[in-house]
Amino acid sequence: MAKDTSMAKDSIKVRMPALGGQGAVTAAHIAATAADTEGYYAVSNPFFGAEKRMAPSESYTRLGTVPIYDRGEVIYPDIVMIYHPQVITMGKSYTMPFYAGIKENGLVIINSDIELLTDKDRAFLDSKNVKVLTRDFTKFAIDMAGTELATNMAMLGALFGALGNFGKPAIEEGIKDRFLKKYVASGGTASLDSVIEKKFKKKRDLIEKNLQVASAAFDLTEKWAEEVGLHQMLKTI
Amino acid sequence: MSIKNMTKEKNWSGQKLVSTDYMLFEAPREKHFMTGSEVTKEAIKRCTVDASVSYPITPQSEAAHLIGELWAEGYVGMYFRGENEFGVMSEVAGCAMAGARTVTTTSGPGTLRAMENFPMWSGTRIPVQLILMARGINSPLTIQPDNLEVTFMLETGCMIWYAENVQELFDMTIAGFTVAEMPDVHVPIVTVVDGFFVSHTRESVMLPPDDIALMPYDPYKAPLPPIDSEMPPGRFLRDPFVMKSNYISYATHASWQWEVRSAVDRSIPYARHYLNGLAHVTGDLDAEIVFVACGTASHQAKEANRELTKLGIKSKVVKLRTIRPFPHAELLEATKSAKHIFVPEFNIVGWLEKEVTQSLYGKSEAKIIGRPRVAGGMSMPVEAILHEVLEHVNEEKGA
Repeated sequence: MAKDTSMAKDSIKVRMPALGGQGAVTAAHIAATAADTEGYYAVSNPFFGAEKRMAPSESYTRLGTVPIYDRGEVIYPDIVMIYHPQVITMGKSYTMPFYAGIKENGLVIINSDIELLTDKDRAFLDSKNVKVLTRDFTKFAIDMAGTELATNMAMLGALFGALGNFGKPAIEEGIKDRFLKKYVASGGTASLDSVIEKKFKKKRDLIEKNLQVASAAFDLTEKWAEEVGLHQMLKTI
Repeated sequence: MSIKNMTKEKNWSGQKLVSTDYMLFEAPREKHFMTGSEVTKEAIKRCTVDASVSYPITPQSEAAHLIGELWAEGYVGMYFRGENEFGVMSEVAGCAMAGARTVTTTSGPGTLRAMENFPMWSGTRIPVQLILMARGINSPLTIQPDNLEVTFMLETGCMIWYAENVQELFDMTIAGFTVAEMPDVHVPIVTVVDGFFVSHTRESVMLPPDDIALMPYDPYKAPLPPIDSEMPPGRFLRDPFVMKSNYISYATHASWQWEVRSAVDRSIPYARHYLNGLAHVTGDLDAEIVFVACGTASHQAKEANRELTKLGIKSKVVKLRTIRPFPHAELLEATKSAKHIFVPEFNIVGWLEKEVTQSLYGKSEAKIIGRPRVAGGMSMPVEAILHEVLEHVNEEKGA
């Protein structure tokens, strides 16, 4: 069934509250790079502060079909992606409640093995016509890639599967760009090159595994979006 | 790699030497996707930079580190870490006085620690470039984006340009050396961006190829020659005037301080050319609601302009690209239609609102509103700007 495009916007803002070490900054970076390679306008940035493992960490991605001027924290998001249950259960978030500021017709993706929303949360989100998907993406990463460190790739795939604007090749481009460091690794010294070459096989494996996780999560949310009748959120170019 | 490897056609790293006009306006460009820190490296790489001194402080540490990589890669002639920011700014001055094209970067508390050096830079007429990635002033410790530190820089006699995003940071850094080194200008250039909002934000940017670079700096065209203990500035650093004659000292300083500021004003025609104007205007040209802003605040104002247009309300954004020299003529022209001038800012004191008010005093009847203003590193969502504008407009209507 074709998606309802009546509510599609020319730009959307994604807030990613996570815990330090989960890779939300990397995920936002890859999401923006992937969108950029498909010709969309995209901007990503982290929350500006000290970084500590398991402490609140947040990053943001803005995607659009028009130039994006908005910078900084996303205070009024269209999409909120919760990377860890503690964001909700222990309030490890820069904004409380975790969906503060969410716009009408928005989307919340929660990485959790149990249902975390209270009746009050659900009533509020329903009143805003916000759809909620709760899945254990960490288990997903462990099962597929053998490491919970790939949770961020599952979340990334989940985002793009739900949006429907960007294909898997774009995710691949984004992941390669991040891990092969196309622009920054311009050193060119022979020693640096040989070090990278030695690590290359390992890196290829890493990219391959990450892609598999993202791809499977993509399929999962694409199907979910169809089942729940999620409208198209971002206009297509 | 040595300066001895330089030829008329190529610099020491083998890059083809080109004019600033070619680099900025004619060279083909390709799209990249990078942060402000990364683009700083790309700009410095194309500027035939002789020397850079660094000291780590968030949020400029990445940029300083990447300039160090350029040294390791053979693009920057000399690079070392200073003892602290005061040391860095002093060492940078030494490099520049010796005739080197010199760049450094700092942020917030680093800027304040180094403060004494900035008027010394302008007083010795060195065309150093400082890339300032604005961060809050400790009160207490903060690392968040807040541009209060710029107010401390305003009267140092340095040129101050303000880049809005990653693209402008790249272009302004290149133009900055060129304008600062003009023999009739020859003052330091402070290229400001809002820390994190630009330094750590990843976005698309168009870059010329990296096998071309600016012509080297020619210190023998400078109003003050490279350091020599018998010639100024070496001479007047070694033998300060005040040690010789109080009369000569005050007479020199009285005229020299005017001259430094005149030199900043003489940069105007060059800056107009290389920056494509000292102010950029977007939106409805005849709008009564006008945002005057610089840096990230002008980005937020553009977002507000787009939302107001959807509501059927006309507005425009006047983005100031140079703060010193202040673009008085451009501001007056761009605000002719204004009845309400909003000055959104990322600092508690509203230094830009003060500048705008002073510039337009007696020349404009528009009401100047220094809002919204956020401090301490908070973001300024477009919703906050719309709230201010709609509240103000409705108030006027008696709603």
